[in-house]
Order: sequence, then C-alpha cells, then structure tokens
Amino acid sequence: MTQEDVVLPAPREAEGRSEAEAGEREPLLVVEGLTKHFPVKGGFPIRRTVGQVQAVDGIDLTVAVGESFGLVGESGCGKSTTGRLITRLLEPTGGKVSYRGQDISHASRRELAPIRSEIQMIFQDPYSSLNPRQTVGKIISGPMEINGIEPEGGREKRVRELLEIVGLNPEHFNRFPHEFSGGQRQRIGVARALALEPKLIVADEPVSALDVSIQAQVVNLLQQVQRELDIAFLFIAHDLAVVRHFSQRVAVMYLGKIIEVGDRTSIYTRPRHPYTHALLSAVPEVAVGEDSAPQRERIRLAGDVPSPISPPSGCRFRTRCWKAAEKCAAEEPPLVRISGNHEGHLTACHFPEEPTTEARDEDIVLDPALAALEDGGEG
Amino acid sequence: MTTVTKEAGAPVPAGAGAFLSVRDLHVSFRTEDGVVGAVDGLSFDLERGKTLGIVGESGSGKSVTNLTVLGLHNPMFTTVEGEILLEGQELTTARESELERIRGNKVAMIFQDPLTALSPYYTVGRQIAEPYMKHRGASRKAAWERTVEMLGKVGIPHPRERAKDYPHQFSGGMRQRAMIAMALVCDPDLLIADEPTTALDVTVQAQILDLLKDLQQDTGSAIIFITHDLGVIADMADDIMVMYAGNAVERGTVDEVLRSPRHPYTWGLLNSMPRLDSDPATPLAPIPGAPPSLLNPPSGCRFHPRCTFQDRVGGGRCVDERPLLAPDRASACHLTADQKRTIFVEEIKPRLG
Repeated sequence: MTQEDVVLPAPREAEGRSEAEAGEREPLLVVEGLTKHFPVKGGFPIRRTVGQVQAVDGIDLTVAVGESFGLVGESGCGKSTTGRLITRLLEPTGGKVSYRGQDISHASRRELAPIRSEIQMIFQDPYSSLNPRQTVGKIISGPMEINGIEPEGGREKRVRELLEIVGLNPEHFNRFPHEFSGGQRQRIGVARALALEPKLIVADEPVSALDVSIQAQVVNLLQQVQRELDIAFLFIAHDLAVVRHFSQRVAVMYLGKIIEVGDRTSIYTRPRHPYTHALLSAVPEVAVGEDSAPQRERIRLAGDVPSPISPPSGCRFRTRCWKAAEKCAAEEPPLVRISGNHEGHLTACHFPEEPTTEARDEDIVLDPALAALEDGGEG
Repeated sequence: MTTVTKEAGAPVPAGAGAFLSVRDLHVSFRTEDGVVGAVDGLSFDLERGKTLGIVGESGSGKSVTNLTVLGLHNPMFTTVEGEILLEGQELTTARESELERIRGNKVAMIFQDPLTALSPYYTVGRQIAEPYMKHRGASRKAAWERTVEMLGKVGIPHPRERAKDYPHQFSGGMRQRAMIAMALVCDPDLLIADEPTTALDVTVQAQILDLLKDLQQDTGSAIIFITHDLGVIADMADDIMVMYAGNAVERGTVDEVLRSPRHPYTWGLLNSMPRLDSDPATPLAPIPGAPPSLLNPPSGCRFHPRCTFQDRVGGGRCVDERPLLAPDRASACHLTADQKRTIFVEEIKPRLG
C-alpha cells in the first residue's frame, strides 16, 4: 500500500460522533494529545533526572454518553496510566482532558470535587483496593460521606440498595472485606463506584484477578450496570476477548500511543495495523464444536515490548514489525482513516495490512528460536 | 570428574506405555482451621511424548497434585495417600535422596512466576548449569557450554554474554525462557509446567507456547501443563483433565472434551468465556456461586451446590452419592450419557455461537 491510499486525516472532534454504534450521542469525555512522562532519577550523591518514561505520549480519544470504550494493550503500553490521568489520580504532562466541555487536566482539588463524583474508578485487585479495617457499609457509604450526600431514607438504606444491585446480601453491610471472596469483593468495589450515580466509570482490569467462572459474573454485572444506569465505561484490559465482549469501540495501545481505534467489528475482523494482527493472532482460542471456522493467521513476534524510556523513533512498533522500512524509522505514522476502512476506524501505519484475520499463505515467525526449531523440523 | 553424556534430544519411541501413573491420590494439609482435602482420589496416566493439560480454577488441586509428584510439599503438615509411579518407581514413599536424584533430572518443573522462581543472587547461567553439574557430573566448563547452548535454543539473543546476567536484567519473557532452559538442561522425561504463561503478555505467551511445543517435538518429553485458560489448553494439550475442588470431573482428548464436553462444570467454563468470534450480544452464562471451601467440602458431587442440572438427576443422588470418574473418556456426573449429549447439543452449544 502506498501513501496515496492514506487519505482523510480524521478531524479529532469528529471521531466520537461519527461512530455508527455510538449513535449521535454527545461526547462525555474528550481527551486530546494526552501525555504523561515520568522522570527517571539516577546518580549519586545528587539524584537528578536522567530520563523520561514516556508512559503515555499524545493520545486522543472520545467517550460518548453511555458508551463503553475499550482500551487494550500489553503491559507497559500506558493503558492504566491513561485511566489514572482521566480520573486525575495523576496530573498530565501535556494535552487536555475535558469532561463535558470542562478542561480538567490541571484542575485543582476544589474544582475537581464535583466532577470526581461523576467519574468513578474500579480497580484491578479486589484485595488491596478495599480498606481492611472498614466495614462494607462504611466503604460503600464513604463517597457519600465525603460529598455530603444524604440520600432519601439515609445512607444505610442506600448501601443496602447498592449491595442488592451488585448481587450481594444487603444484610452483609456490617461485615469486613476479608469475609468475602475475590468476586464478592469486586462487587463491593462496583457498589462503591455506583454510590454517587456516576456518569463515567474507569474500570482498570476489573476482572483479570478473578477465576474464569467468577469473571463472567462480574462482566455480566458491569454490563447490566452500564445498560440499566446508562453509565459510560472506559474499560481497560489486556484480555482481547473480554474487551470485545464489553466495549462497542476499542482502541489498541502500544508503547504509549494509540495505534488503531475503531468500532468493535472493524478492529476484530478488519484490523489494519500489523500489531493488531499480531495481538489477535496470539490469543489462544477454543474451537467449540465447529469445523467450518476459517483458520486464523499465525504471527509470532520476536522478543518483548521495548522500554518506554527510549522508545524507537518514528513508528514505535517498527522494531518488532515484519513490514518495517526506512520510512517507519524516519516518520511517525499519523492516526488516520485508511482507504477501505469504515468511518471512525483509524490506523497509525505507513504500510497497513489487508483487512482480514484469516490464515496467510505463509506464517509470520519472527522469533529466532521458533524459526530455527521449525525450519529444523521441516528440513 | 567424569562427564556422563546422554544422547541429547533422542526421541523416545511412541507408545512406550504409561510412563507416569497416578492412582487414587489423596493429599490433605493440616491447617489451623482444620484439615484441607486439597486432592481427593485422583487417578491419571501419562505417556511419553504426550501433553496432559490440567484445567481448573484456583483451589481445584491442580498445582498441589504436581507438587506432590515432585515431593515438594511440606511433609510436616501433609498427608499423602495413594500411588505415584514414575516408570514403575513409587514416589510417595521414596526417600528424599531418591527424589533429589529425580528432580531437575528426570522430572523438571516450570513455575508461573519466573522472578520468584529464579534466585536473584546467582547469575542465570550458574542456575542453569547447577542441575547439569549435579545430575550429570559435568565439569564447570562443560556445564557452561551446555548452558549457553540451551539459552540459545530457547531464543535468548547473545547467549554467551547473557548467561552472565542476573534474573533482574532479563525481561519477563526472557526469564520464562531461562526457566525453560533450566528445566530442559538435563533432558527430562517429564516436564511439569504450572501456569507457565499466566504472568506473560499475550504476544509473548504465544511465543513461549510454540517454543514448548517445538521443543517437545525435538526432545520427546512428556508434559503436564497446568492452566486455568481453556484456550491455552486447546492449543497445547493432547489430553485434558478438568479438575474441580480436588476431584477430576472430566477427562478425554482435547477434541473430545472441547467439542463434546459432558460435565456441567466444563459447560459452565465454556459458557463463561467470551471468545473472539462469539456474539457480543449474547450475555455470558456464568456458573452461579463460588468454589467451595475444601475445609468442609460439599457432600456427594462437590459441584452440586453450583450445578443447574441436578434436578434432572433426581432422587437426591447428587447430594448423597459421589459420582466416580471412569478411566479413559469419562465425566464424573450422575446425568446419563444421553442426557449429557442432549443438554450439550440443545442447551449449551447454541450459546457458544
């Protein structure tokens, strides 16, 4: 594919609204050029900054009202940092986070207070995200207390209601977190996030610490909450199948950048970025009952994700990419709509792949050990 | 010092019979709260060159079973009953010195978290060379050469230099590769891999799984692969054993278990997992409730409190009578074979899309 095929740099503001699945709903959260660099300290006796971890480097995304937006990527790609920047648990180094048109990227504590009640977070580890010395009732009513909210019938009644919504016994509000299992604790975390009737929930790997059978229970709970209470979700996870199940739109991150974004069907069946192809082909799948399913392509990358302290120049994926050329090192590919892509499907690649996930004539095996063993086996 | 050499990578003839045989294994731990019956009456066989996948959730006894095979449990608090036969040698009653000769030599293990399983105090190379010197009586130099060879084989770039590095200087995927090199350095006949890719990213996981498969083709060793991920099992194993609360509930070849599963727990697992090609509009069908505490396991079938099909058995058999797992292709459930087939085809499979 040549440069001529790369057309239509999608204007930022059009991204969210043009989505078919998101409909004509207004954007709730708009993120533009969001950047977070963490300083790396070193040296003795005077410690000074010797480098920057470019955890998040200029990402744009829009989450519409009531929409679930998925963020996938491998560890170290900056997806959790993005979540923490949006909830303003971290302050961005650059760029802008707007919630309902209000810029909150550098807002003070006081300015943030009313917005914090509308943006809630669910954490990965249900063991460390609940205070072991507080009862469940206290944990769930905490947000109401801080915000001085006195619901009708009192806080205790509201806590019982919330416990019921998340599928726990309302009589258990006097118990402590250690009396609950992992899945139940995650439900407590969900109840706490719901306490203030938020508009947006940032869920950072909410199910990855749970067993498979429990995972499904929590996914269903979140889905029910999202639909019935019309809450928008920023769903951060590394499990591609779970993200596909939960989110209407999905962005794929690699080393602090969004490399591809689009609606669920586009990303999972018509991916264009080589990394998205590699990621999808690496997911181990169970073929249940069917023989007719087409063979999936097989791509095995070499090595691990490079360090975000000194990411590769140009396209950050080029060091592991089978299509990399000089241009990839010199020029960073913009996140644009490539011809043949559906509306809202943006890809950052100079040499995009064919939009299919079916098996290729020849597998792509970049891992030297695998290549050696497989060549030896055949020859 | 003499160097005992064994032809590296000589493939073992297929069909050499059950190489590892576990018979009616019971493992229980004494704890402050009472006795935990972690494994309760487990039997299985494994042939050379084959991969047995053990699937189960946390606390199902899958890891304990394999620690017991290697004698890595604490004998102070553990009671082991039953038989573990490795090439006819009984391991449950074997002396510590005999087990030491087997561990890392005939049977090797790959653990989930390579950072805690490798010692931070020694270089990676030294840790790989150590079992080779101990079991093969190799000289320091020969062992070092072998280490470099193994590191190269598992795909560590510049193995000669990297062997002198410490584990913290390796990335997650490279550490797991180093663990594999350590496990394979003595050409083990049996490799036990306990969740070897759970801590890794998905693209790295794919590399490691393929590497294990390719190396197995090369060396002909048997593998016990423990995981909670049915997708990984489908990719790796020849045979599958599904475990729940210390019992094996279903067994068969990969095709048999995944294409026509017969146990309600296996159905539940399959229905709980979203897949890349499932319809996102179909909600997941989770297994209700949570796994039981093994301090006080349920009577009869241990899955009955969570099972939605027990009313079709009738007579309270699920509560009173423990279903047994027959050898070969089998599932431990009181439903009749016909019922299992109809329920899967009519109620479970349509949900899988």
